[in-house]
Amino acid sequence: MASILAVDDSASMRQMVTFTLKGAGYDVTEAKDGIEALQIAKSNSYNLVITDVNMPNMDGITLTKELRALPAYKFTPILTLTTESSADKKMAGKQAGATGWIVKPFNPDQLLATVKKVLG
Amino acid sequence: MSIDMEQFHQTFFEESFEGLDIMENELLNLDVGNADNESINTIFRSAHSIKGGSGTFGFTAIAEFTHVAETLLDEMRDGTRQITQEAVDILLKSVDVMRDMLNVYKDGGEMNENNNIAVQKELENLLGNEGSSTSDEDSNASENKTASDGWHISFHPHVEMLRTGNDPVRMMYALADLGEIEVIADISELPAFVDLNPEDSHLSWKITLTGDINKDDIVEVFDWVEDECDLEIVPRANKTERIADTQETTISDPSIPAATKETTEKKTATKKSGGETASIRVGIDKVDEIINLVGELVITQAMLGQAGGDMSTDKEYNETRMEKLLEGLAQLERNTREIQESVMRIRMLPISFVFSRVPRLVHDLSSKLNKKVDLVTLGEGTELDKTVMEKIGDPMVHLVRNALDHGIETPEQRIAAGKSETGTLTLNAYHKGGNIVIELSDDGAGINKERVLNKARANGLVGANEELSDDAINDLIFHPGLSTAEALSDVSGRGVGMDVVRKNIKSLGGSVRVNSTEGEGAIFTIQLPLTLAILDGQLVKVGTETFVVPLVSIIESIQVKSENLSGIAGKADLYKLRNEYIPVIRADNIFNMPNDDSQLENRLMVVVEGDGHKAGIIVDDLLAQQQVVIKSLETNYQRVDGISGATILGDGTVALILDITGMIDIYKEKGVPDPTTPVTPPEGNNSDIADEAA
Repeated sequence: MASILAVDDSASMRQMVTFTLKGAGYDVTEAKDGIEALQIAKSNSYNLVITDVNMPNMDGITLTKELRALPAYKFTPILTLTTESSADKKMAGKQAGATGWIVKPFNPDQLLATVKKVLG
Repeated sequence: MSIDMEQFHQTFFEESFEGLDIMENELLNLDVGNADNESINTIFRSAHSIKGGSGTFGFTAIAEFTHVAETLLDEMRDGTRQITQEAVDILLKSVDVMRDMLNVYKDGGEMNENNNIAVQKELENLLGNEGSSTSDEDSNASENKTASDGWHISFHPHVEMLRTGNDPVRMMYALADLGEIEVIADISELPAFVDLNPEDSHLSWKITLTGDINKDDIVEVFDWVEDECDLEIVPRANKTERIADTQETTISDPSIPAATKETTEKKTATKKSGGETASIRVGIDKVDEIINLVGELVITQAMLGQAGGDMSTDKEYNETRMEKLLEGLAQLERNTREIQESVMRIRMLPISFVFSRVPRLVHDLSSKLNKKVDLVTLGEGTELDKTVMEKIGDPMVHLVRNALDHGIETPEQRIAAGKSETGTLTLNAYHKGGNIVIELSDDGAGINKERVLNKARANGLVGANEELSDDAINDLIFHPGLSTAEALSDVSGRGVGMDVVRKNIKSLGGSVRVNSTEGEGAIFTIQLPLTLAILDGQLVKVGTETFVVPLVSIIESIQVKSENLSGIAGKADLYKLRNEYIPVIRADNIFNMPNDDSQLENRLMVVVEGDGHKAGIIVDDLLAQQQVVIKSLETNYQRVDGISGATILGDGTVALILDITGMIDIYKEKGVPDPTTPVTPPEGNNSDIADEAA
């Protein structure tokens, strides 16, 4: 089954994302910020990275750039979690190399639908 | 798939309250006019997380409110808005509103709608726009069109589209889910094989989608690649185009279903109450320590098993075994003590949990009272038991209020008194013996002894000619109904409180006292036990009963000498201990126990101190000193004056723990009680307690 790296500084969001995706049979690893995610991503491989944008230490945009610079993650789908208010954040994510975004707030069904869109 | 979102609520509440504390703290520390970027970022991030989470978990009211605050913070963050004191104050108010809202969602209750709306208005006024809603997403719902015959789609990805991880094949699948699909690939741009870069996209497609399909659903498939492709979507038959009724269409904007959820959400919020399972965060080092100790316990157990296992008939052999056994038992004792200590440490939290409430309080109060106050906190890492912590918060808040209201003077008064115009309030915490000491000192006016004394005389608390020591006068401020504040203020009220402060602290087994120098300030010293679960005790025998005297209250133990005894009116006894006279309390009298030996001479007396008063308790024997686990008498039986709890001793019997302050109070109230009037329930109840405790 596909493996997913879920990055968010909010414990409740991580819990929700992990619970939802695991329930759908995906293999999920959590990271609490960009730095941790990058470390984990380097020593494992993932089919999809879902990352929050606003995080301490390293934000989601920088993480996306850093991941894209790694050969193993050149084409890996990366989804950013953004709020509807920040249309420019969607674009910033895209410019950094993100595949797409999931708009907050989202419910488990919306999350699964979006993940399906990139993982099938 | 339906997932019960409620299971994530607890985590959300915890992190949100934490986020609000961070916001509040950073806001208070913000250097207006020269704000640190990282601080603003931290504040923004906290608000942003709360907004995201509350939206996701259906707490719409918080999401909407936080959105406005976040907008303000965003402008501060990108530098388009000056950081003013006004803005900081409104943001602090917003933190309160968010905290209130969270509490309502968590525990139920009524939202303070008026206040919430008022603060939101203030935020909006500052932003200079009228009530912006959460959703500033393009509301071009009117463009939703359906074409009953389907659509022609021309999709031409730009060369670099694959590099963002977007896969055209996935999009085809997504389209195929909408209706019948026919795809024609255009390979005309494909370069010669040698020039082919597999990372580039060279193909384009003409897609025909048949069926009653909403155009938005198609646009959504290409949502992420809008800027990375040329896309054209035209109806197959232009004439059938019609404007859809916006209300009927399914809109992908997630804020819409969230908004409709609001009404049901409110119901669930009020229904939930009280069912909170208190949790505690424990550092991994503390857990590791316990695991480590349990490991040692296992080794000790193995050692004991071995030593006890193979006794033989050989006496000499048995003696060496016995030695081993005793050694093992000593080790077991050590292990037990260490495990007990580290388990207790799990409940220990740094006092900063209480101190962290103070900066905000000082900020709000000083602006309300027009005073300038610097807050200094020391020893924030000092740990104490969580239950003690929870109960000390309110008394602390009261003392801070009191210091700011009555202690520290206005800048004008301070300058007139030759002080700097800014007053200082210092909080300090440290461990002393088995206690934590919290000091709250201010460099204000101190206690006006004359006024306190006059007031006390006027109230009849102190006789007209009675002279009191300075400490005794200061102590009067803890008396119910004594306040010397010239004007009533809404900050610390009028004398209602200091007595409650003392009562609350006493009920925790602690004490509070004040030292003051007129014109220079006052120091309130609170002393509290580190934990309410375990007590270092001295076991004493009175008659046939064993009691536990808390070790912290014992000053010394002496043998009663008749020449130092003096009776007053033939009833109450005083004992001359060096230069002072202390009352002699007879536990057998206080607790109405039978005791035929009324001679005091040559018996033992434990000199104790409770709440600043010394007394001697007559006992028949001093037994061991040991740590006892406190069992509540109230839960297992009922409250008994002069007794703070019970414990079960090594031999299984129950011993009552003496409440020294309570005993002194009984003594003061009753003098020596008449043995015929029971002060406490008759004995024999011990067996009841033992039953329950067992």
